[in-house]
Amino acid sequence: MGNIGAKDVPVLLSPEGLRLDGRRLDELRPIRIEAGALHQADGSAFVEWGQNKVMAAVYGPREVHPRHLQQNNKAVIQCKYNMAAFAVDERKRPGLDRRSQEISKVIAEAFESVVFAEEFPRTSIDVYIEVLQANAGTRCAGLVAASVALADAGIPMVDLLPAVAVGKIGGQIALDLKKEEDNFGEADLPMALVPQSGRLVLLQMEGHMTEEELGRALDLGVKGCRDIYDRMKAALRERYTMTPVAGGAA
Amino acid sequence: MSRSHRPGHRARGREGSPSHPSGDRTLVLPGDEIPSQGLKPGPGTYRVGGKVYASVLGLVSSRPPLVHVTPLSGRYIPKAADVVVGTVTDVQTTFWLLDIGAPRWAPLHMTGTPWKVDVGETDRFLRVGDAVVVRVENLDATGRIGVTMVGEGLGKLEGGTIVRVSPARVPRVVGRGGSMVETITRLTGARLAIGQNGRIWVEGSPEAIRRVSECLRLIDEQGQRSGLTQAVEAYLRSSAPEGGWETEDRAPPPPDAERGGGRSDADPRRESVEDATPPLRSEDSQD
Amino acid sequence: MSEEVIAEILTTHILDLAADGRRLDGRGPDEYRPVSTQPGFVSTADGSALVRMGQTRVLAGIKLEPGKPFPDTPNAGVLTTNAELIPLSSPTFEPGPPQPGAIEVSRVVDRAIRAAETIDLARLCVTPGEKSWVCYVDVHVLEHAGNLIDAALLAAVTALSNSIVPAKRFGVADSDYALDVLHLPIECTFVRLGDAIVVDPTFEEEHAAQGRLTVATDETGRVVAMQKGLVGAFSPDDVKSTVRRAFVHGERLRSLVKGARA
Repeated sequence: MGNIGAKDVPVLLSPEGLRLDGRRLDELRPIRIEAGALHQADGSAFVEWGQNKVMAAVYGPREVHPRHLQQNNKAVIQCKYNMAAFAVDERKRPGLDRRSQEISKVIAEAFESVVFAEEFPRTSIDVYIEVLQANAGTRCAGLVAASVALADAGIPMVDLLPAVAVGKIGGQIALDLKKEEDNFGEADLPMALVPQSGRLVLLQMEGHMTEEELGRALDLGVKGCRDIYDRMKAALRERYTMTPVAGGAA
Repeated sequence: MSRSHRPGHRARGREGSPSHPSGDRTLVLPGDEIPSQGLKPGPGTYRVGGKVYASVLGLVSSRPPLVHVTPLSGRYIPKAADVVVGTVTDVQTTFWLLDIGAPRWAPLHMTGTPWKVDVGETDRFLRVGDAVVVRVENLDATGRIGVTMVGEGLGKLEGGTIVRVSPARVPRVVGRGGSMVETITRLTGARLAIGQNGRIWVEGSPEAIRRVSECLRLIDEQGQRSGLTQAVEAYLRSSAPEGGWETEDRAPPPPDAERGGGRSDADPRRESVEDATPPLRSEDSQD
Repeated sequence: MSEEVIAEILTTHILDLAADGRRLDGRGPDEYRPVSTQPGFVSTADGSALVRMGQTRVLAGIKLEPGKPFPDTPNAGVLTTNAELIPLSSPTFEPGPPQPGAIEVSRVVDRAIRAAETIDLARLCVTPGEKSWVCYVDVHVLEHAGNLIDAALLAAVTALSNSIVPAKRFGVADSDYALDVLHLPIECTFVRLGDAIVVDPTFEEEHAAQGRLTVATDETGRVVAMQKGLVGAFSPDDVKSTVRRAFVHGERLRSLVKGARA
């Protein structure tokens, strides 16, 4: 987490309570969500979240490949999270790496908790998340993009899954860390919320927090998730809104 | 995994066809609460704690005693009696597998055709890449989609081409009482076979096929909006070749009695796919 | 949504149209789909470009890092090209090792960049035999709607044209400087549909094609690379006339790169 002995540790929190990019502790970075960004996928979404750029696509439900992964009573949800080689400052070698595999797993499990998979036995719902540009919080941005893509694909779910990471900088609990805050901060807590039930289906933590800080971090994260939830819905409504056809044929 | 949220969920495979969408049905997203006024949760919804929520992105409609959500997007979900256009994706000794754009491939058994097919002879009749019109017969709990090619208007497709629209748009391609498809065929001279799965076979002169494809693209992109029929008609009239479609574009009628496009009652294939608004079958209200 | 199995009647229809000089989307045999480039799409890369060619969408990112030169070329920098056909981009792809199609795209794009001497590899040498810049060209296909080769090279060349060598960041020099791009190779891909040879194939046209010919040209009038792909044949006269057409198309596409240069 913190870079012990690093030469240029930036001041993450000013005396006025402003962060590096001028945000307050409880403010999100700017987020733009575009539902249906790709034509060929059954569902898709492109998310720009601060300096993150993430594309997500859903194919399915469709036949399972490889076949031996098929489940008799429900769809399997296969998730692949990947970072482009140029997405980070130090080029990432293409191919599977352990970090991506772990993130793929926790995201797949989050979706398994909300998708009505029993409706499509012996099929696969394939979720692909591609990080094109990274600036901390990519698993949350990816999850949000994938959730919008699943709705765009008509997959039945309990709810959309807003996600956000809460951290600790300068001893203070802060919402939605950017890269420098993540590198030099004292904790990182990504989470995903099912707004309908108020429960969390993704939760990870790294760093150090007191019990009291953790409680406040969870509350702040849930608030952030509800804000993001509204934006996810707005993006989907924008894509599917009915308005009269203008003039004659296009 | 929390199953307590799911008991009321309804499998969408058994929902009835949506009625022709009118102007102001509410758009809902997964997790949106639906004011249910005592109606029971139908397809596309689930119930938790006495409240009904949407499970898919779509339009709410009430068909007492159910309230349901008709999806606006996603793959084709097969229903029994649907006529669909599919492509052979695999050939086995006793059956073929068809890609009908559904979550699973549909097996067509050799006994489900009008031909006399012996075991191991299946590739003499249909090969990978062949296009067919079949009817969905049954769906079982494992998601297996049984189809048949025996019946009026079903069979192997020869000539023409296939154009795709989103399955949610098929009712608009047909139109109320068949009005949209009638307009398209009348003003282009093309023949159409409309699959409920959003795959549409189009046959005619190259110009007719191109104009029909453009209409279908219009409907696919703008089908959720009102004023669509006028837009399609305006396009067809403005794009009609000089001298009108009747003299240039219309394919010469085949020598036997069956006429090419235009007459909705003459084409046996279209008869079986045309009705977009079958009444909700009574079994849908169970479970 | 593209089909996993393309109906044979659609392929036949494409060939019938081609016999009449027509195409499925109404284009002529020498018409590209609408093409646009967006340089600088990814700020974490040293150079980048997003290219749209019809519905095909390709993103190229350039990364420059200090490394060791190859033993047999001690005075030159290193250039390496990799194209990823990620499963997100098409219903026909699955995760796993690169498919032959992806490898071919990587190599055909790499060949054109190298043969055209797009970047001066000698200038990327820092200390002969010991230290040189490694230039990574990573191409990410975001949507596969046909003709990945042309879109990939266009994205790569546009990205290179907007690249900054991070010399200061890596302590190699006092300041960063623009990567010197000497030539602008453009690849034009044609497919045979019956007797017709048409440019910029869509996914369905590639499936119907009876042969594919890619020609890379540069701005000085040289042919720098060629690749015949898919199953089918071209006569020498076919090749000559296709090369002529590639020069014309190459000039048009090149103006997009020039217009986008930093």
